[in-house]
Amino acid sequence: MPLLEVEGLKAHYGETQALHGVSFALEAGGITTLLGANGAGKTTTLRAICGMVPTTGAVRLDGKPIAGRPTEEIVRLGVGHVPEGRGTFTTLTVEENLRVAAYTRRERAAAQRDLDMVFEYFPILKARLDQQAGTLSGGEQQMLAISRALMLGPRLMLLDEPSFGLAPLIVQEIFRIMRRINAEAKVSMLLVEQNAALALDLADHAYVLETGRIVMSGKAAEIKSDAGVRKSYLGY
Amino acid sequence: MTSTVLASGTAADRSPGSLWRYRWWFLLTLLPLLLIAGGKAGLVSNFQFLQLSLMIVYSIAVLGLILLTGFNGQISLGHGAFFAVGAYTAAVLIDQAGWPFWATLPAAALACFIAGYLFGLPALRLEGHYLALATFALAVAVPQILKYRHIEPVTKGVMGINIFKSDPPFGLPLSTDQWMFLVVFAVAVLMFWLARNLLDSRTGRALIAIRDHPMAASTMGVNVARYKTVMFGISALYTGIAGALHGIIFEFVSPDSFRFELSIAILVGAVVGGIASLPGAVIGGVFVQVIEKYADALTKKISAAVHLPLELEPWLIYGVALIVLMYAMPMGIAGGVVALWRRLKGS
Amino acid sequence: MEQLIQQVGSGLANGAIYASLALALVMIFVSTNHINFAQGEMAMFSAYLAWQFLQWGVNFWIALPLVMVLSFAIGVAIERTVLRPLHSAPVLSVVVVFIGLLTIFHALAGGIWTHTIKAFPSPFPQVAFPGSGYIGPHQLGMIAVTVVVLLALFAFFRFTPLGLAMRAAAENPASARLAGISVDWMLALGWGLAAAVGAVAGAMVAPAVYLEPNMMASILLYGFAGALVGGISSPGGAVAGGFIVGVLENLIAYLGNVVERATGVYIVGNGEKLTVALIIVIAVLTLKPSGLFGRVTVQRV
Repeated sequence: MPLLEVEGLKAHYGETQALHGVSFALEAGGITTLLGANGAGKTTTLRAICGMVPTTGAVRLDGKPIAGRPTEEIVRLGVGHVPEGRGTFTTLTVEENLRVAAYTRRERAAAQRDLDMVFEYFPILKARLDQQAGTLSGGEQQMLAISRALMLGPRLMLLDEPSFGLAPLIVQEIFRIMRRINAEAKVSMLLVEQNAALALDLADHAYVLETGRIVMSGKAAEIKSDAGVRKSYLGY
Repeated sequence: MTSTVLASGTAADRSPGSLWRYRWWFLLTLLPLLLIAGGKAGLVSNFQFLQLSLMIVYSIAVLGLILLTGFNGQISLGHGAFFAVGAYTAAVLIDQAGWPFWATLPAAALACFIAGYLFGLPALRLEGHYLALATFALAVAVPQILKYRHIEPVTKGVMGINIFKSDPPFGLPLSTDQWMFLVVFAVAVLMFWLARNLLDSRTGRALIAIRDHPMAASTMGVNVARYKTVMFGISALYTGIAGALHGIIFEFVSPDSFRFELSIAILVGAVVGGIASLPGAVIGGVFVQVIEKYADALTKKISAAVHLPLELEPWLIYGVALIVLMYAMPMGIAGGVVALWRRLKGS
Repeated sequence: MEQLIQQVGSGLANGAIYASLALALVMIFVSTNHINFAQGEMAMFSAYLAWQFLQWGVNFWIALPLVMVLSFAIGVAIERTVLRPLHSAPVLSVVVVFIGLLTIFHALAGGIWTHTIKAFPSPFPQVAFPGSGYIGPHQLGMIAVTVVVLLALFAFFRFTPLGLAMRAAAENPASARLAGISVDWMLALGWGLAAAVGAVAGAMVAPAVYLEPNMMASILLYGFAGALVGGISSPGGAVAGGFIVGVLENLIAYLGNVVERATGVYIVGNGEKLTVALIIVIAVLTLKPSGLFGRVTVQRV
């Protein structure tokens, strides 16, 4: 059974329809990327999965329907969302940011293990534990955002444009760590990215969105090597 | 929010020489004459004339608030302050300068316009909750301000000012209550007519634009600051005239007549009647007076019948009415009537 | 000089009450962006509840926590039932509902317990102690109890997971949801805590001013002044602001008396305290809306 299934997802922002019936599935274990131009509906798809926008259509996690449930419930079922703009709690310290993300964890030991794991991936966060999170650099805040999602102990992580506004070297490092997280911690990922080249390097599967519809899907490696597809859908 | 000012009329109104267009004036002249006739015939008591006068007075006060909050979007929890300024202006001029009561009305209007305008200046910086807070503070402080030692020679402090109602002029065969009713009625007609013209004009549209989209309005060249402060003044003027009339009718003003509850009562009238509706002001004024006068008796009857462990108070009704209306009929009774009318017409 | 210290002492005592109210106001403002105009009447109602327990022979120090729990429950109930559907309503509607709550609490108190002024016995022993020339036992007690409650709250928010979750929910509701936190319940809890803090303020001030439904109307104004001076978005600032307003108010009246004795000219005195509070409110709102410790919010176009 796929870890995540999305069927006929439609979403509106007021009068405008952002998603016109999006359907795809995601197997456990890999990294899938959702590509497309600005305004194609990538962020909306992620938010729809998390119940942050009203939608019609079906969303299933491990076969269980989650569409229509409140965000906090979906999150507790094992979906970690690293939002656009990072969503840092700027007035809280780094440590408080991490602690609050573990608020819903029942077993202290498991949460502590995850905290240690986070520090292993992002040692800079350990150095900045008592600093106010709003004073961190962009890259550090992105690491913190990913860590907050990790502290939930998720099976699926949704990442919304993690490369946005970051220097290429930092992005490379973050993406490297994401691959490690996927392999070592067994967290499946759905990655939304505008930077298609970067995403296709990281991912196993790819879907391309255009004005609220999926227009292309396939293995990331194939799409990357198909110059025609790249030109028409991804612009490079 | 949409304005629910009464429709301006049909084609028949606009044809020259048509008498139909003057139907409202006809009614408005006929109604008080009928009532006075009823009074002379013993059908309408002096007490009832007093009640009617008070209903009209509160309608004018509520109209002041509606102009500011409903049509211009500036929330005021402190209109009792302007009511007080109007009342005291009239009382002081009658008591100490010997003015005839009708001359105090324009004076009260001017004084309140200035007071409102002055308050409107700092209010320019305040929106929503903050403006509500500032006006709330004003309302709470009013009685104390009125007791300030340095103005005591004029305001007579806690003891208040007693004035005396004037007899009907030219020896008209009316009781004082009937005479005051006519005066109040005439003033109200004038004030409402002026308000209607204001709202139907370009100024009115500017006011509503400022209420709904202040930034857009200013980019379109509307001098938002000037409109808002002037509107505060005009709104204060209206409520102030109501205050003056109230003081003249009751022949007494004192600081504790103008506590915070007064501001709430005016707000309740506006919300119940219809916050953005001229007819709503009338409904609201009637509502406030009816509750004040009759709720006491009504609640006593209910308490006796149902054996509640507590005494129902009129203010409980006010509070519940406010909350229920915000859910069920945010545009007040006037808005509810309009909505019902529209639904019946099938539009 | 002795009188000056007395004024400062009683200013601090009053300030303790204003600080509690200011804190309750700020707690609700920070999480919901609403100003709880009914805060004063809710505190007054809680004071009446405490009085009722006293009438039934319950010891004050048992009645107080009981009343705090009851007030907490009332606060949660109000947020869940009356205020929840108004999350996205226009400001005027919300303000009107708060005024409605204000009048309901006021009328309920008057209806249940009548409007006659009642004496509320002070729970603090009326004994002499070092320094009692400057400050009365009840006043000292007011300060002590308030400080204890404030410290407890501070510890709750700073050191407990629930307190942290509430802070997160207030700062960034969207991210809090993504952390699995039920933001709606955090708001309700915030209301409950604010009501409980208000209850302490009401129970503390009632012995000093006599219990009657109009008790808190002007005190609320001082609470607002305190919250604004400290910064309506800063809980710590609100507390500081409350104490500042308490002392400042007394100092201004004291100064007025001094000036009058010296020059025969009366400018302000004890009778102008509300007016001073009004001036503080307007001045802060127009000149420095973020107060001493708060942050200014930028309005998005």
